[in-house]
Amino acid sequence: MPKMNLSHFEAAFLFSVFTSVVLGVVTKRTDRDRLHYGVYTFGCFLLALFGIGWLMYFGHG
Amino acid sequence: MVKDKEVQQKQPMPPLGAWIPAVALGWLIPGGGHFLLKRNGRGGLLLASVTGMFLCGLMMQGAMFQPQTGDLLTTLINTGGFIGNVCSGILYLLSVCFGYSQVDTAGHVHDYGTKFLVTAGLLNILAMVDAYEIAAGRKD
Repeated sequence: MPKMNLSHFEAAFLFSVFTSVVLGVVTKRTDRDRLHYGVYTFGCFLLALFGIGWLMYFGHG
Repeated sequence: MVKDKEVQQKQPMPPLGAWIPAVALGWLIPGGGHFLLKRNGRGGLLLASVTGMFLCGLMMQGAMFQPQTGDLLTTLINTGGFIGNVCSGILYLLSVCFGYSQVDTAGHVHDYGTKFLVTAGLLNILAMVDAYEIAAGRKD
């Protein structure tokens, strides 16, 4: 089994992609809504990723 | 009044034969329930996402959980993690059959790997619930 050595950002990005796809597929009832919700969820993940990242950076001093 | 509305909104349980095959196949093969119900596009997306997440977890050398008892937190984490792992279906069964065993080591990559393995199972639970709703006629 090949090994993956990812940074925090890369791992969290991958996590966001996979999770957003599933949430988009199972949550809404039309394909258009599914696509919108998947993109929205992915955007929220990225926003949280950068937001919490900067918060930790400033909080750390 | 409110209780009347709740009673009206409750839908009867669909017959077992209508949804058990879809949910069981959905557990065994991520997206399999959707394939059985002829929702091939959505089934393919679910299969790719859950399998991709599980394989990434394996390549990051994440640890598999074993049910343990002890204090409440230990029981919750290990039993919950084990249930998450098992819900990946054939991916979990194959990795155990082929002897995948990774001790829980320090490091962010291993830690992410462990979370990826559990989350793959949790996402598969969402897919199984979706397959149930489709099979029960509550969703297109």
